[in-house]
Amino acid sequence: MKSEKSNQMVGELLEDEAEISLEQLCRACELTREDVVNMVDEGILDPLGPRPAAWRFQVVSLRRVRVTRTLQQELGVNTPGAALALDLLEELEELRARLRRLEG
Amino acid sequence: MEFKDYYDTLEVKRDATQDEIKRSYRRLARKYHPDISKETDAEAHFKQVGEAYEVLKDPEKRAAYDQLGANWQAGQDFRPPPDWDQGYEFKGDGFTDAQFSDFFESLFGQQGHRAGPRARGQREFHTRGMDSHARVQIDLEDAYHGGSRVLTLKHSELGADGRPLLRERNLNVKIPKGVKQGQHIRLAQQGSAGIGEGGAGDLYLEIEFARHPLYHVEGKDVYLDLPVTPWEAALGATIKAPTPTGTVDLKIPPNSASGRKLRLKGRGIPAKSAGDFYVVLQVVLPPAGTQAEKEAYRAFEQAVEFNPRRKLGV
Repeated sequence: MKSEKSNQMVGELLEDEAEISLEQLCRACELTREDVVNMVDEGILDPLGPRPAAWRFQVVSLRRVRVTRTLQQELGVNTPGAALALDLLEELEELRARLRRLEG
Repeated sequence: MEFKDYYDTLEVKRDATQDEIKRSYRRLARKYHPDISKETDAEAHFKQVGEAYEVLKDPEKRAAYDQLGANWQAGQDFRPPPDWDQGYEFKGDGFTDAQFSDFFESLFGQQGHRAGPRARGQREFHTRGMDSHARVQIDLEDAYHGGSRVLTLKHSELGADGRPLLRERNLNVKIPKGVKQGQHIRLAQQGSAGIGEGGAGDLYLEIEFARHPLYHVEGKDVYLDLPVTPWEAALGATIKAPTPTGTVDLKIPPNSASGRKLRLKGRGIPAKSAGDFYVVLQVVLPPAGTQAEKEAYRAFEQAVEFNPRRKLGV
């Protein structure tokens, strides 16, 4: 997996509807299965599928995990607090966008 | 190198208690947290606050910083005095991905590289997973034309002596045309190597747009506030407007009010189905400075019967 500086890498652009598996999420965010189950229990992640082996996560989960981490590490927020903050942040973003549309 | 006043950055007095420092840090970290804050330059502020806290939260580092003296002014040209840190033992508290200033590095060294592996046992070591999920900031223009970014990723591997080392590697990544804020790019097999699992995982890049001086982006639509004169708005005009793909001639319909939105269909971000470009008119009043300007306003007053407060009943 060595990469040369000069070699340009072309990635795959994931559409919003794209989904990733539990395995992929764990690898991408360096989480254990237990971490993910905990985040699902606390409402930070909301997978599709009945049981962990069949779970599918939306791509936006990557962002939610990243924000959760920084909230925990930089602001000392616990997991339920991070779940609340995430929901409020999303609502805030929506309201700000709506405000811009109305003002514009 | 510029001197940094960490007390000033954290908005505390030099004799603040550790508790006061922590409280102030938490407050400022919330204020400038890039995921929360809408302040300009939130990320830069957040980094400065984090750096100041890194020093002031640690009594050893704080004491060493204090003995530089209180006479330094922020921004003053600074060079550490020789042997200034003698007698102090700095403890790195783990790896940090933060990029600190030259000022910090000159005093406390690169914590991630120097103090980390030395101060910590191998068992406690872990990275924050930056290797497999990173944010990449691009310019709006890159979303229109495509572009490329060289990313520096940190990852850990075991050195010959069995201790973990932080390695950096550069990836030159193509930014595809049509990418939107918050969208992810997946680079297969470029993530961290899984221990005992064989092979590397995928690397996910989260796209973030840098703040643009002219445009703001909403999903795949792009907005421009365009200043116009009162006569252009009232009489209609064809004027030039910048867009990320070049200047266009824009027709302003007569009797346009300030705030009117004009849509250029399909000129937003060229995603799968392209977004739109919106021009929002901002009517700007010319100043009444010179005699001629004042007379023009008076003539206007004489010619036009207009009471914008009619609805208010006055």
